Amino acid sequence: MSHVLSLLVEDKPGLLTRVAGLFARRGFNIESLAVGKTEVPGLSRITVVVDVEDLPLEQVTKQLNKLVNVVKIVELDPGASVQREHLLIKVRVDAGTRAQVLEIINLFRARAVDVTTDALVIEVTGDTAKCQALVKLLEPFGIKEIAQSGLLAIGRGSKSISERALRH
Amino acid sequence: MTHPRPAPPKSAPKVLTGSGAILKSLELLGVKDVFGLPGGAIIPFYDELMQQDEIRHILVRHEQGAGHAAEGYASSTGKVGVALATSGPGATNLVTAIADAFMDSVPMVAITGQVFSHLMGTDAFQEADISGITMPITKHSFLVTRPEDVPRVLQEAFHIASTGRPGPVLVDVTKDAQQNSAPFIWPERIELPGYRPVTKAHGKQIVAAAELLIAAERPILYVGGGTIRSRASEEVLRLAELSGAPVVTTLMARGAFPDSHKQHLGMPGMHGTVPAVLGLQESDLIISLGARFDDRVTGKVSEFAPAAKIVHIDIDPAEISKIRTADVPIVGDVGAVVNDLIEAYAERSEAGTASQEAWWQRLDELRERFPLGFTPPSDGLLSPEHVIERIGALTGPEAIYAAGVGQHQMWAAQFIKYERPNSFLNSGGAGTMGYAVPAAMGAKVAEPERTVWAIDGDGCFQMTNQELATATLNNIPIKVAIINNSSLGMVRQWQNLFYDGRYSFTDLETGHGQKMVPDFVKLGEAYGALSIRVTKEEEVDDAIELALKTNDRPVVIDFIVSADSMVWPMVPQGVSNSFVQYAKDHSPEWEEE
Repeated sequence: MSHVLSLLVEDKPGLLTRVAGLFARRGFNIESLAVGKTEVPGLSRITVVVDVEDLPLEQVTKQLNKLVNVVKIVELDPGASVQREHLLIKVRVDAGTRAQVLEIINLFRARAVDVTTDALVIEVTGDTAKCQALVKLLEPFGIKEIAQSGLLAIGRGSKSISERALRH
Repeated sequence: MTHPRPAPPKSAPKVLTGSGAILKSLELLGVKDVFGLPGGAIIPFYDELMQQDEIRHILVRHEQGAGHAAEGYASSTGKVGVALATSGPGATNLVTAIADAFMDSVPMVAITGQVFSHLMGTDAFQEADISGITMPITKHSFLVTRPEDVPRVLQEAFHIASTGRPGPVLVDVTKDAQQNSAPFIWPERIELPGYRPVTKAHGKQIVAAAELLIAAERPILYVGGGTIRSRASEEVLRLAELSGAPVVTTLMARGAFPDSHKQHLGMPGMHGTVPAVLGLQESDLIISLGARFDDRVTGKVSEFAPAAKIVHIDIDPAEISKIRTADVPIVGDVGAVVNDLIEAYAERSEAGTASQEAWWQRLDELRERFPLGFTPPSDGLLSPEHVIERIGALTGPEAIYAAGVGQHQMWAAQFIKYERPNSFLNSGGAGTMGYAVPAAMGAKVAEPERTVWAIDGDGCFQMTNQELATATLNNIPIKVAIINNSSLGMVRQWQNLFYDGRYSFTDLETGHGQKMVPDFVKLGEAYGALSIRVTKEEEVDDAIELALKTNDRPVVIDFIVSADSMVWPMVPQGVSNSFVQYAKDHSPEWEEE
């Protein structure tokens, strides 16, 4: 089962290696990974999607918590969080199919961000299901290339992951 | 999280080189002894070391020796052990000792030199990414490229190594960080927002544990190495006496509870005593005190102690329910938790506790029928168990015993009687052959007044005996007992029992009727140690007495023993602990049925 973990980490050299290495040596597979800065200087946020049952998940989070530079870990439940992926898809088009493709991407509120005579680059943001559905519809036209971000997720409501973590 | 630290004298910060800052920081951290070997990337710090007397540096002959010496130093005292090495191969030679310290939760700081920061990543001479290499086997690691970071990093490194669940921390310092200068500023507080070990446990869980203990008819205290690291022996003794529960001490906890105590059943596990193994197996409540349900203790996990409820006390939350789900998980320092548990137990037990009478009857019967013992080897040669038993008996519980890994390690755990914590040092988790000699050396440096024995095997001894040079030249008079059965004995035992006696590459040819290469007596003499050979039982006591009298140099005794002796009892790998065998083909429980 997939779980979304949000890690608040100190922005230190080698941090990503520590986190990724821990997953690897404890035998857990990372499905998706996204890393970036946060509103607090010196703190980064790692969003990891990991496919694991509940009991091993507890062991993963406990082991991650032992990393000195990991400040906080939260599991984000799909119902209580906003989860988004970002995709860039290069699709083969010609004069005959371009309009069809544009119609599809309009339905998905995706955008064409690069247009040439024989291809379109499409940008789409959404949850995993939406992005996959779009990819499936575009497949018959010929997908030349996909670049995909890791899943980003943030809890709904006013609470912040970093609020209490930094209290000394 | 903040931790008060003694502040250095107030004045304008002095400008120091990075290597001067390492020295100053170590002084402020109270370091008295370090073990190491210099090389190109750490010469600047060695230059500082030479010009001072606050810190004693002991020059080893191989960096692994420095690592294990630092471990022995730490394990015999609870203080942080320090090992130094240069970049590249110097640092990688520390890896085994670091991994060992990680498995056994030994507080240790390894300081390594690194190539110039502008050369890092260029495959420079003697460059190795040691902080990367050691990531999976350290509690934490640091790379320092600027001199101003030295004091903070070392303060954090020692704090991390010695608090919570102790462990090794690596500090890699580039040569330019050692050479360049910066004002020396000692941080007044440690700020590690991601590191906050919990020491005091939740009151509700303590009450739940106390209630289980009061109601249990077959309770048992499963004492692990965490009890020693937490210095909680007295608290555990009080809990044991208050509750009347039997006690077992794991390989890492030998000495945490006195062997002479009537509630002590001995060591559990693959080579544990029958009462300790079956005591855990048949219990209805296991109180785990800084132990981690290692596979060598549980046997087949799914069949381990099937009727037992588990109260798991550990400072590392990740250990709790890792192997066996805990009914009452308690995160905290063993000493602090047991103190609270004693209080909760005392308050609630006034109305009476469940009777342990039938339980003790069963355990006493097991103790009577299956005492720890050994039979003399059938080839008539010297019995290794006898040698080790005599070393313990003649030397006494105030000494420190460091064992290598294998049969002699198990016999040292079984046949020496331990009465105090920190008196038995060994490589429990990692199983590092070669641990004994350097670890004994480190312990002797830390505790010069104590007699320190290395109980070693002929295989182990050949891995790290070069440190005898260090011991002789630095006046560290350790005593080495080589239990020489001319083979890699534990592997040979498995080959005998499980591979139909096919002794594949386990003969070392150092014993009776063999080429005896090397000759351990000549080798010991070459290193300046008093060296003798013992082949007969009647020579054993005199040899040990001679070693005990000799304190002007190290002693090496080559005890040539039978290769046929095996470690018993034994639970074969992968089966339930109920199938413990008292001796070969002799299982205590089935033959009655």
